[in-house]
Order: sequence, then structure tokens, then C-alpha cells
Amino acid sequence: MTPLLQVKNIKKFYGSRIGCTDVTFDLYPGEVMGIVGESGSGKSTLLNSLAGHLAPDCGEVVFDTRADGPVDTVTMSEAERRMLSRTDWAFVHQHARDGLRMSVSAGGNIGERLMAVGDRHYGSIRERAADWLGRVEISENRIDDRPSAFSGGMQQRLQIARNLVTGPRLVFMDEPTGGLDVSVQARLLDLLRGLVREMGLSAIIVTHDLAVVRLLADRLMVMKDGRVVETGLTDQVLDDPQHSYTQLLVSSVLQV
Amino acid sequence: MIELNNVSKSFILHNQGSAVIPVMQNATLCVKPGECVGLTGVSGAGKSTLMRVIYGNYLAASGSVVVGGVDVAKAEPREILALRRETLGYVSQFLRVVPRVPTLDVVAEPLLAVGTPVGQARDKAASLLAQLNIPEPLWGLSPTTFSGGEQQRVNIARGFAYDYPAMLLDEPTASLDAQNRTTVLGLIDTAKARGAAIIGIFHDEAARETVCDCFVDVSDFSPKAMA
Amino acid sequence: MSDYNFAYLDEQTKRMIRRSILKGLAVPGYQVPFASREMPMPYGWGTGGVQVSAATLTPDDTLKVIDQGADDTTNAVSIRKFFEKTAGVDTTEETAEASVIQTRHRIPEAELTEDQILVYQVPIPEPLRFLEPRETETRKMHALEEYGLMHVKLYEDISQHGAIATAYAYPVKVEGRYVMDPSPIPKFDNPKMEMAAIQLFGAGREQRIYALPPYTQVVSLDFEDYPFEASKADHPCDLCGAEDSYLDEVILDDAGSRMFVCSDTDYCRSRCEAGHSGRLGEEAA
Repeated sequence: MTPLLQVKNIKKFYGSRIGCTDVTFDLYPGEVMGIVGESGSGKSTLLNSLAGHLAPDCGEVVFDTRADGPVDTVTMSEAERRMLSRTDWAFVHQHARDGLRMSVSAGGNIGERLMAVGDRHYGSIRERAADWLGRVEISENRIDDRPSAFSGGMQQRLQIARNLVTGPRLVFMDEPTGGLDVSVQARLLDLLRGLVREMGLSAIIVTHDLAVVRLLADRLMVMKDGRVVETGLTDQVLDDPQHSYTQLLVSSVLQV
Repeated sequence: MIELNNVSKSFILHNQGSAVIPVMQNATLCVKPGECVGLTGVSGAGKSTLMRVIYGNYLAASGSVVVGGVDVAKAEPREILALRRETLGYVSQFLRVVPRVPTLDVVAEPLLAVGTPVGQARDKAASLLAQLNIPEPLWGLSPTTFSGGEQQRVNIARGFAYDYPAMLLDEPTASLDAQNRTTVLGLIDTAKARGAAIIGIFHDEAARETVCDCFVDVSDFSPKAMA
Repeated sequence: MSDYNFAYLDEQTKRMIRRSILKGLAVPGYQVPFASREMPMPYGWGTGGVQVSAATLTPDDTLKVIDQGADDTTNAVSIRKFFEKTAGVDTTEETAEASVIQTRHRIPEAELTEDQILVYQVPIPEPLRFLEPRETETRKMHALEEYGLMHVKLYEDISQHGAIATAYAYPVKVEGRYVMDPSPIPKFDNPKMEMAAIQLFGAGREQRIYALPPYTQVVSLDFEDYPFEASKADHPCDLCGAEDSYLDEVILDDAGSRMFVCSDTDYCRSRCEAGHSGRLGEEAA
């Protein structure tokens, strides 16, 4: 089986400071990988380098494209990369307002990716937008409301719908549950888990919340100071951490 | 089906003066299809630890843990995931699920994971829940709000939903009333009959005698050097 | 002749503007940056169009200036006077007589010919601006032909109004490549943009020039199930009776009476002179 994503030796420096370095891993179709670590550990830098938002200083991010098989997305043309990020890739931002158009209705937000890839039938765009609102548990009669009239949890779900409407194969998530209260978090996690399984999505989730990765991620990568210090099966890393930093991280979680 | 060779396990506590705590040494055992092996030993002897090593939850320090041809001690995460999906079931003492998912779906999940059609998976889940006397009105609710006994029965139903060729059972009959206990023992017998290799921990001696074909005393694997 | 250089701008500036115009003609619909000059009029009064006209005019040209179709409104009159004074060119109100027509927000009703140039005054040249405020991003979107956002705007229109309510500055796609803002002309005029004359667009404040060579393909964006419609008020002109021209609505009193008249004053006058008459034609005449 060909990995969906092969990350080879990614390095990103900010001047002489390390953003992240020596990151190498494969992600297979249907796998969900969590990246955990404290603030400043380089996990967001890594995610942005993978998703094409930052240009890594060296390394390859090889994606198994539908048309041409594995292609290095770092060196592909910007047009191709942006096309990829509108079709087979999705990016869920921590703050929904970074990932939504706040002045455009919920339906328009969901429809944008469809129109971007050439859908020109209003009726079918609207139908799919309504369908997706239902799938993320937003009432269909909110379709013409702007996201500014939505709660934080609804905005986050709308952002997910907007991203998944084109049936991407790889989703990048940056703290998708950050800033939401716990009951809203639980609902979002359940939703994400269902969608991941239903659509056979692969995902890379950056978070500092270990409970989130335990529920969502198959595999875990622990980062510290820009480097990967431990990888493995999620429950194994959390229940039997090998590296001193992971042990500290796991033992630092407050119990309810 | 399940074969352990010279498995040892120790915990190194880096943040507490790098204390090394050996917990298991030279664990060797073998379970054939259709066989049920009971783990015995006093509390703290390492029964659950051994199970977790077999399930891949704990990383074996040395030795090999071969389940259905895969060496869990060395396998890639995705090989272990495939193994857990298709070959190796685990009924732990705790139910860990996403809040809000209905009980019926929690039980059906292992079937859905291997591609069983939703209707069929739900039917199987419903029949297991009925067998284990979970009242039907609860099926649509999340098990997170259930009593301890109910949660455990949900956990058992989930563990038996899919016919795993190999199973790990951690105290499946603990705190069950007589009727449910009989049901669970029946499920274990059925699994054995279809050829499942089972490793179990039973504090309930009568149950142990009924289903287990042989016993392994985990105390034999306790690190001797420490003593 | 006055003390001004011909058509106010110095020769170097006109050459600079002409280079931008030529580039614009070579890449139809592409917004060419140019070093817009301060003009002796406020921004929003047609500084871009005036600079393009100044660079285009020759002493032999005849200039017509219209504002919303009319030759006799303040903006049109002052720009016409400006070029009479600084360039000494002939001016006219008759569309057919003019070789250069500077317009604000209309295309004349009479069909233009191959020896004419139409110069538009453009307030905001970027059609994507209201949805994407970052200039770096909109440039990239043009470069990579990422125009999904334009349809989002039309989608919003339909979802809010039941139809595409954008009535002016209706976005078009030029030769299947660049999406372009046709300046705030009514969408009634959009189909006329596939014409024999050269069309030049100047945005002074935004420092952009773009252009359409003769017979360039110009397609108004739409949805399959909500096709583009070149709409106008559903009336004949009350003065000349024309049923095919774009109309202005004029309120006559505080009792609700109103009239519809051609926005193209030259077209309406020439029809009246030819003997056509509308509902109020007699009394108004």
C-alpha cells in the first residue's frame, strides 16, 4: 500500500531558531495522527509546513495525488498546490474565523469550494450545502445566516463542513477543539470521529489536549523543542510513555 | 495463535531519578485456537500488565509477542491497529468511549470497523445487549452515564460483537449477577467453540474452572533479581 | 491654445500611460498598474478616465463625455470643458460624431464602430475586492485563475434576494481568462461590451488600467439555473417611446407620479427629433 503522505526530513528555521527539524513519517490512508507537545514545541510550524502555508527550508512532503500518484508538494507549482488544498486537502483552523468568510452566509461558505472547482448550478450547490449543514448538526434553516450569528461550536462545525464538502482525503487540524467548552468539545469530537470513519479520511491533528488525541488519533507524535521525541500507537504512548518528556506530559494532566 | 517468548517489561521513570522498575521477566506462553488460558497470581503480580503487553498497549522491553503472525513488540502502529481491528479483541475493566455516542453504536463499532453493513452490525449489537440484559430504553443513550455494572456489560457486548480469532478478557465476570455471569460464560464457550484463542483473568474461581483449559501463574514471571 | 501641454499631461506621462494601455490591450482584462498622476479634480470624479483620455487624444479627435448616459451633467460638462481648454479638441454630444468617448457608468445606446474608443471611469477595478480585502491574495487569485469566490458573491445574491440582484458592476470573464469589473455600468450594458470599438478602463485612485480590444469575448458570470439577464425597467421611454434603451426613473412630484426616460440623452434627443414620441413626449417637448 502506498502511503497517502510521506514526510521526509522536514526542516523549518526562523533565522537561527529552530521551528521544527528532522521530521520524517508516513501517513497511510484512513490513519489519524496526533501531534502533541507544549506551546512552542514546533507542532504548528510543522503542520503549516506540511499544509503548504509555510515553505520548509528543506525536506519533502510527498502526497499520493489522484491523477499522478506520489508528488512532492513542496516543489510542485503554486497553482497545483493551491488546487490540492481546495480539493484533496482540508485545513481546520483553531479559530473558526480564520477558516471562514465571516461576511458570507453559511451556505456560501460551504459552497465556496464547490464553486472553486467549477460547480455552476445554484440548486445543486445549495442542496449540498444544506446536506452538509445537517451532517454537522446545524439546522438547515440557518443556511442563510452569517457565521457571525453562530456560537463558537457552531462556527467550528461550519468550518469543518466547508472543508469536507469536496470530499478531501487529508485533513490538517490545528487545535480543532481549542477554546470550546467541554460539552461542545465532546460533540465536535464525536462528529469528527464519525466523519473520519465514514469518509475514510486521513488526518493530522495538532493539539495539546491529550484526551482529544486519545479519542481521535490512531498514532501519536510527541514534539519538544522542534524535534520529534517519541512516536507510536496513541494508547501505547499515553499509557507507557518511553521518553522523559512524554512521561512528564502525561503525568502533568489534571484528573477530573 | 498467541505466542509469547521471553518477554520482559520494565518501567523507567525518567522524572523520578530514572528509577527502573522491572515488572516482568522471561514471560513465555502459548495459546492455541479454541483454547482458553487463565492467568493467575496475586494482585500486583502483573496479570493485567501482561495483557496490555500482548495488546500492544505496553511496549515490551525484549522478547517477542506474536499474535496471528504479527510480532506486537516490533510491529508498526498501523500493523497493530489492523491486528486489533481484525484479529485481537480486548475486554478491559474500563469502558472508554466518546461521550454522546449511543450504546448501540458503541457495541456495533468493532463490526463497522471491519466493514460490516450498518444494519447487520446494529442487529448483532442489539441481540448482544438483549442477551446481557441492558434494558432497551438505554440503547440510544451514551454508556458514560450508566452504572458500573451496566458499563461493564456494554464493554463485554462490544468485545464479543465481532468474532475475533484471539481475545483478551480482563475480569469479564467481575461484579455480574448470576444470570449475566452465565451469559458471559456462554459467550466465552461459543468463542472457544468457533476456535478463538483466549487469555483471561478471572477472580471468580468457579468461572475460571468452567472455561479455562489451563492456567499460567504470572508470579513465575516476576523479576527474580529484585528479590 | 492655452499654456498647457496638449491634453494637460506632459509627454513622458502620456507615454507611460500609453505603455500601460498597450499592455492592457495585449492582455485583455488584466489590471495593469500605472503611475497615476494628481489631476485637477477630486478622486471619484474620473481622474483615471481623464488620464487615459489625455493619453489617447490626438488634435484631430472629437471628444464626447457622458455621465450616466447624459452629456449635460456636472461631471460630463466639466471634463468636456477641461479638454476643450487643455487640448483644444472638438467636442460633440452626438455618439456617432465622436472618436473618443469618455463615460461614467454607461455604454451609449447607439452601436459603436471600429474607429471609436470608449474610455471608462473606474472607481474600484478589483472585482474580488469586497470578498477578499488582501491585494496580494487577489493578485494571486487572478494569476492562478481562482475565481470561485466571484460565484460566492452571486450565490449570496440569489440566497438573499431569490435572484442575482447585482444590477451594476456585474462581473464578466474576458476571453475565458480574466474576471473583470466592467465599472459600475448597469448589467443591461454588459452584452454590448462585445463591440467593434476599443474599450479602455482607467482607475486613478487605484492606479490601474485595463482594456478590451475590439470584438473581445466578454461573458457575464452566472449559474446554469440562474442565467444572466440584461435587465431594465419594464417601460418604454416616456419622452421618445424607445423600448430598447436603458431608462432612468424620475420622480415628478410628491404625489407618486414618475416618469421613465432614456438615460442616454443623445439617443433620446435624436429619436424625438426623428418624430418618435412617448407617453409624455408632447407636453415635455
